Amino acid sequence: MIPILSDFRRRQTPSSAASLRRETLSAAQQSYLEKELRSRKQTVFFQRMLFLLFLALWELGSASGVIDSFIFSSPFRIILCFSSMAKNGSVFLHTGVTLGETLLSFLLTTVLSLLLAILLWSSPRAARIAEPYLVLLNSLPKSALAPLLIVWLGASLKAVVVSAVSVALFSSVMALYTSFSSTDPELIRLIRSLGGGRREILLKILLPSSVSVIISTMKVSIGLCLVGVIIGEFLAADSGLGYLIIYGQQTFAMDQVVMSIAVLCGISSLFYHGISLLEKRTGQSAGKR
Amino acid sequence: MTPLLEVRDVSFSYHTMEGETRALSHISFSAENGQFIALVGPSGCGKSTLLNLLSGLAQPETGSILLNGRPAAESAARIGYMFQRDCLLEWRSVLSNAALGLEIQHRLTEETENELKQMLKTYGLDGFSHSRPSELSGGMRQRAALVRTLALKPDLLLLDEPFSALDYQTRLAVCDDICSILRQNKKNAVLVTHDLSEAISAADRILVLSSRPGRLKAEIPLCFSGETSPIRRRNMPEFSSYFNLVWKEMNEDDPHSV
Repeated sequence: MIPILSDFRRRQTPSSAASLRRETLSAAQQSYLEKELRSRKQTVFFQRMLFLLFLALWELGSASGVIDSFIFSSPFRIILCFSSMAKNGSVFLHTGVTLGETLLSFLLTTVLSLLLAILLWSSPRAARIAEPYLVLLNSLPKSALAPLLIVWLGASLKAVVVSAVSVALFSSVMALYTSFSSTDPELIRLIRSLGGGRREILLKILLPSSVSVIISTMKVSIGLCLVGVIIGEFLAADSGLGYLIIYGQQTFAMDQVVMSIAVLCGISSLFYHGISLLEKRTGQSAGKR
Repeated sequence: MTPLLEVRDVSFSYHTMEGETRALSHISFSAENGQFIALVGPSGCGKSTLLNLLSGLAQPETGSILLNGRPAAESAARIGYMFQRDCLLEWRSVLSNAALGLEIQHRLTEETENELKQMLKTYGLDGFSHSRPSELSGGMRQRAALVRTLALKPDLLLLDEPFSALDYQTRLAVCDDICSILRQNKKNAVLVTHDLSEAISAADRILVLSSRPGRLKAEIPLCFSGETSPIRRRNMPEFSSYFNLVWKEMNEDDPHSV
């Protein structure tokens, strides 16, 4: 048996020596790699140029009067507005409030949606009963609920966070539950044949195999949380970027409105990069697929 | 002596809203210690269902399955199950995949882990303990799955077409490989396959099932004058006569089928 095995191994050993590959690069492969790298660099370059061009046209347009700078502001006026509000610290206060509320509601959404999805998975009957309600709640425009929440919970942090969670929760639950219930039945059979129960199926199969779905759901839900927070702040807050936008609009301080929107853009891209980082890290620990 | 496995008059049906599908009807057989049994039959005859019943993943509707003389649910006999696919988890290393059963049964100690490493070494996987399953070849993956099953020291091993996902050449080699491992460890095994030559080359006894609902049509004891290697068996004169015999049994008109 042993000679068969060793012979077998010699034939079967996969040639996955990456270092070997790097040393024996052919000229064609090298030129392909160079081309690919150049094209990636160009993409980043054009992305940045587009942004600068946009700013320049905006500034020029408002300086020459093509764009009404009272309504649309201008990059320069935004910077002025930002620095004056940075001096008294108010811009950091409002940004901090919005960030905090978004992170809090994101955390709640993630935990609640995981718990609910696990509950639905563990009880097929509950899932069948809840399904039409979930679909209904998911398609309901949650911004319609916000005024109700504010009368109920008062103009407070609670109202803002609840409105944000209500925006993000249901789509998140549905995405996670769909992923859980489409888990490979063979793997579940494997765990059962090894003597495991629901707990083991959950911990050894369901959660690890759903990591990528959980992260892509998080990507969507953090954006939705930000939407919910801004809706909440529009209606019931005395701080936060949403409040700043509404207050600016009412006092015709349009620089302040546009500056807040610019800060919101910054926050969105911050969240996006944060989750991408998380994705990369879990992707590495899970190895190549 | 009580046989290790005794199946008494077992029937099983699947129920859906569209109707009832009878999968197995009145199956009885027993297996003594150290025997390698192969179950063959046309596709859809309930072979895999029978393995599910033996493993306790499903309960028979009528009849009983005894392990060491006691009902399967109460028996202390351990059962190992190998599937058609190796079902290795991509997010675990080979070693941690092999340890999955021990982990689930809370039997993973330093001692059992050392045994596990020893087994991986014996079966030619020692250099790959920390590799991902995707880095292994098909045959190595199937051997890793075997280590996962054998680590639990099962008294009875159920093999559900464990080689059918492999290409032909690998399949012969892995079958020879795994059968000799099982023979060396004197494991009882029930192999389900639709490949007659695989069944004849590996088993001590062949049970032929009829088409749905599966009934036991014939029991054929195999005698290769002591030869157990599947590859060598294939070259023996007995092989083709057994092949013809099993083939005839399988294709014989079944008076009970509709």
